[in-house]
Amino acid sequence: MSHSRSKHSFRTRAIHVGNEVDPQTGAVVPPIHLASTFRQPGAGEWGDFDYSRSGNPTRSNLQSTLTSLEGGCGSLAFSSGMAAIHGVTMMLSTGDHVLAGCDLYGGAYRLLHKICSRSGIDVTLVDMTDTGAVEAAIQPNTKLIWAETIGNPRLSIPDLPSLAKIAKSRGVRIGVDNTFGTPSLIRPLECGIDIVMHSATKYLGGHSDCLGGTLSVADQILFDELYYIQNATGAVLDPLSCFLVSRGLKTLDLRVREQSATSLKLAVWLQQHPQVKSVLYPGLETHPQHAVAKELLNGGFGAIVTFELDAGIKETAKVCETTSLFHLAVSLGAVESLIEQPATMSHASYDAADRAKFGITDGLIRLSVGLESYEDLQADLEQAIAAARAK
Amino acid sequence: MQTDMSIESDANSGSQSSPNSSETNSSAADGSQVVPSPPLTELQPEAGLSTRCVHSGERRQKSEGSITAPIFTASTYTFDSTESLMRFVNGNEQREEYGRYGTPNEKSVEAKLAALEGAEQAILYSSGMAAIVGLLMSKLSSGDEIVFFDQCYHRSREFCTKHLSRFGVVTRQVKTGDFDAMEAAINRNTKMLVSESPTNPHLTAVDLERFAAVGKANEVETLIDATLATPYNIRPVDFGVDYVLHSATKYLGGHNDLMAGVICGRKEQLESVRALRGILGSVNSSHNLYLLERGLKTFELRMQRHNENGQRIAEFLDAHPRVEKVYYPGLKSHPSHEIAASQMRGFGGLITFTIKDADWKQTAQVVDAAQIPRIAPSLGGVESLIEQPLVMSYYHCTPAEREQFGIADNMIRMACGIENAEDLIADLKQALAT
Ligand SMILES: Cc1ncc(COP(=O)(O)O)c(C=O)c1O
Ligand SMILES: Cc1ncc(COP(=O)(O)O)c(C=O)c1O
Repeated sequence: MSHSRSKHSFRTRAIHVGNEVDPQTGAVVPPIHLASTFRQPGAGEWGDFDYSRSGNPTRSNLQSTLTSLEGGCGSLAFSSGMAAIHGVTMMLSTGDHVLAGCDLYGGAYRLLHKICSRSGIDVTLVDMTDTGAVEAAIQPNTKLIWAETIGNPRLSIPDLPSLAKIAKSRGVRIGVDNTFGTPSLIRPLECGIDIVMHSATKYLGGHSDCLGGTLSVADQILFDELYYIQNATGAVLDPLSCFLVSRGLKTLDLRVREQSATSLKLAVWLQQHPQVKSVLYPGLETHPQHAVAKELLNGGFGAIVTFELDAGIKETAKVCETTSLFHLAVSLGAVESLIEQPATMSHASYDAADRAKFGITDGLIRLSVGLESYEDLQADLEQAIAAARAK
Repeated sequence: MQTDMSIESDANSGSQSSPNSSETNSSAADGSQVVPSPPLTELQPEAGLSTRCVHSGERRQKSEGSITAPIFTASTYTFDSTESLMRFVNGNEQREEYGRYGTPNEKSVEAKLAALEGAEQAILYSSGMAAIVGLLMSKLSSGDEIVFFDQCYHRSREFCTKHLSRFGVVTRQVKTGDFDAMEAAINRNTKMLVSESPTNPHLTAVDLERFAAVGKANEVETLIDATLATPYNIRPVDFGVDYVLHSATKYLGGHNDLMAGVICGRKEQLESVRALRGILGSVNSSHNLYLLERGLKTFELRMQRHNENGQRIAEFLDAHPRVEKVYYPGLKSHPSHEIAASQMRGFGGLITFTIKDADWKQTAQVVDAAQIPRIAPSLGGVESLIEQPLVMSYYHCTPAEREQFGIADNMIRMACGIENAEDLIADLKQALAT
């Protein structure tokens, strides 16, 4: 079934692939299989599913949808985004070296520097938008390059096809965290990337109501290796969460395109606001990788907007606390808009020097733009900025 | 609101002046133990539809700071002390009591639906049928009469003709859109006028302003089943209609993965309806309500695609040589195009069409050849569905009955989902080539 659907466009596949009608009942939405174990046809004979850690029909459905959307040969669903990244790093051995982006997601930074380091794995951080620097940083023992399609909070955009070429020529595997990009806007496997990862907690689920992580790959041998690790270590996604992510995928394209369009409008509006020093959004010409973004992203620039207020840490915090639609919360990617201050929230664990180095200033605000109408979100930001100034 | 406890306390105390109730009143007056619920998210009156879909009816601060509604599976809710119970039974505190009378999940989804519909209140039921049964059981008594436009959902009419009739309720049916016939059918026992708009499968749109006016002039309440239209395309209360019914199983839930129904209207008129639901018990589990709420968050986006797909596919079919006739209110050729265009924002995802010179078998071949839409009843979900009304819903009718209902052998009904229109059109093109 999924084969005959391959000619269909993204939205159609998001709805149909992996959602094949239940053969026993005809149910148009596949049932949720909570079973931890499955009855087998005979002793020593195995059915499609035996034990839910090794495979579960509901998880398998989600994985097929995602494989179709990312354009790979297989996908794996993990209990969180971090569990998925950990799955990748478990392919490494003592003495190996990892090259990662310098504005890496904090959790991945912690995993590489505090956990993988215990097994004698070395890490170097490099600016992934500087392909020359990446190439120069590759060592003989480099086994993995780990980048993000859109970095956080600077929203840097690496040139994935060039990175993939470098990795291939040097015999290094390259993985990309596509959480901010989403398969709706960019499919890294099509750029030659080996592994694409998502925190499904964000846009894939899309409703702030489940945790999840995924890996998709284009190579069967690599898939088998990752599957072996997942089955052996057990960080699988539960069936109810798989169902919620699958349900979320059906509206992924609608959500991401709408959220991207609203984000671009907000970024343009913020740019001319007298109290805003600068706006970082890949859709703006002022963004350092705007040209790469235009080339790689298909019809939208994502739904995260970062901007810097002409204000101190307290006044900036006040803006985040006075919005009436934007919720003050970390995370991102869902239908409701969120606002946060990286200096005191998502990047508070960086020390002051590192914050300065990565441009995480006191006046920085990060928006995760949801589905609310542009007019409502714009009015909300306007009143919050004015109210904080008046204080 | 009628609850078991209030019935009991009425029966036992019988008067407001019992020593107990005056005591609790005075302790409630000092207010020290009443924890006020956090406020709902405040929205501007002109807030956009998606803003309302995401935020309306929800508390800004939920328990534990959760962004999304926690799912309350509790069947019952505890009271700290007899004193707190007394505050509740004396009506001095609004709170939960027992699952059948309401839950936090139900309250927030009802408020969201009311906000989308522009109505004072919404009452949720376990299915669309449970909603119509709940409303009619509450409003009609022995000797009362109800008048239907005859293209209304057949199970709604069947409930009246086969079941309410056993309790002495008289049902009259008149031709859809024939207001003179409707006026003529009204007498002093008439309590309710019912129509669907647009109807299924003929997609006839009813002039809602006129419908509401007939009700008002005759002092009879009016009900519109707006399942096919949804509040994105029309809000019947804006036209003066008293009650709006939706099978939320369709576009409101939107993912073909839940059943629910809702009645919207004015608070005062719905009080007895809500009380009866507490007795009949046709309520939703909080799990189901959570899925409905989650579906509503993308309601506007989904409806834009359903409308776009409906219009594009109707136009494609209209121009296809094998297609004899297309029923879609967005086409100029549709008999109620003018009314529909004057009162609706878009025309939804449901399309009915007939195949030229085809018998029922040749028609079935087209249905079977379609690859994307699945053969199934229902509509309004993200995935497209297709069916032949003759086989799906009218198989056991006589040819004469089918002719009366306007169900032709060569008729196909397609419920467009939100797939890409190009894919659906290409698929129908190949199916029609068989
Ligand atoms: C870019 C990125 N990658 C990975 C993660 C980790 O995912 P999770 O929180 O699902 O473990 C997050 C989320 O916090 C993220 O934003
Ligand atoms: C127009 C209309 N009204 C009412 C109903 C009944 O709703 P439910 O199936 O949710 O009970 C349906 C669906 O079958 C319908 O299509």
